[in-house]
Amino acid sequence: MEATVVKTGTEGKTWGGGNRPLNASYGKMMMWFFIVSDALTFSGFIASYGFSRFKFIDAWPIADEVFTHVPFLHGVPAPMYYVAFMTLVLIFSSVTMVLAVDAGHKMQKNKVIWYMFFTIIGGAVFVGSQAWEWATFIKGDYGAVETKGGKILQFLDTDGKRVAIADFAVDLPTERAVNERNTGVWFDTEPETLTTFSFEEVKAGFLANDNLLVRTQYLNEKGEPTVLSREESIAKIENDGKLVVEGANLIRNEYGHPLFADFFFFITGFHGFHVFSGVIINIIIFFNVILGTYERRKNYEMVEKVGLYWHFVDLVWVFVFTFFYLV
Amino acid sequence: MAHEHKLEIFRGLWKFKSNVSKIWGVFAFLCVVTAVEVYLGITKPEALTQHRFLAMKWLNWIFIILTLVKAYYITWDFMHQRDETKAMRRAVVWTAVFLICYLILILLIEGDYIFDIYKENYVKFDF
Repeated sequence: MEATVVKTGTEGKTWGGGNRPLNASYGKMMMWFFIVSDALTFSGFIASYGFSRFKFIDAWPIADEVFTHVPFLHGVPAPMYYVAFMTLVLIFSSVTMVLAVDAGHKMQKNKVIWYMFFTIIGGAVFVGSQAWEWATFIKGDYGAVETKGGKILQFLDTDGKRVAIADFAVDLPTERAVNERNTGVWFDTEPETLTTFSFEEVKAGFLANDNLLVRTQYLNEKGEPTVLSREESIAKIENDGKLVVEGANLIRNEYGHPLFADFFFFITGFHGFHVFSGVIINIIIFFNVILGTYERRKNYEMVEKVGLYWHFVDLVWVFVFTFFYLV
Repeated sequence: MAHEHKLEIFRGLWKFKSNVSKIWGVFAFLCVVTAVEVYLGITKPEALTQHRFLAMKWLNWIFIILTLVKAYYITWDFMHQRDETKAMRRAVVWTAVFLICYLILILLIEGDYIFDIYKENYVKFDF
């Protein structure tokens, strides 16, 4: 009696192996498996963004007041243009990728090389743009005051234009004793990075300038942040003001609710990581093409598989663009 | 590799001679859609932001529908789902669509509920 079954008796039958389910090769099928599961991960993130936004629907920052910068155009308010540019770069690099796949089907090695090269450049431009946008977001714009309840107060002049705290804060000579290890009973480190101005300086400057108003993060019926009258503004600053916020990080956010910054870093960061790994994978395949690996293999399906991943990254960006910047 | 490409989009309204020209055509279409989105996002026409359909602003309906249109053409033409078998397309698309719709529905309802509780200061039940 044989211990192992050598033949299954299914050779040549459906379950005998060697089939291509759904007419797709193993590699392509697995790439689609991955893409569907990754799409669900991203939907989880975007849906939780929606959850938090619905939770604070009347106090959520307006994206095109946040992302108004374009590199080299300092001080020119240009909402959205740069993100639109990034979107087009990513779509265009998708086009060169699909052209590379097409050239691969026709076994045109040199065309594949050039198209993949342009794809990699496009991906690099996109990641660089995203890094720049993060830096701008972290650095901040006008600065704001945070209340005791953790709400953000921004400053406007009577014409309704935003005013930076640096433009009106006075310079108060204050002695700030730096806490040191030998003076503290229980001493860790300085708690937070210091802002350019203290809250007292901003408050004094605000009280001295009669044309300044406070804007809260709550939206009125027209969907615009509520602007308080001068008296209400003074009362708000004096009673509720607590500290100065410049820029955004995971805890504080001068543009509005901190969750907005958290989700921005998390979702665009996770997407940026996908773009980055996509560029790396593309570079690997790019060198394989140059070395003639697929020429010898007599098919360029590998290019098609990384292409699928690359288009998926583009696809996710289309959704991130809509739900972060447009809606 | 003998690859058959379907060379028409918009249900045959726009036919292409080669796969390469189809790619450029789809690219042009995606650019136009993005341009429309950005234009509407910057101008925010009053007519579209002041009126709602099923609790959502018309403008947001337009954005979401245009996004789905873009997603369709990226998946169908760039990711070649148009050339795959019908079963393959459905396995990919329907799985994602059903799960995502459910997730979004449930989370947005919950978020809206918590918003109401914060606003009314009235805890209906422990959440």
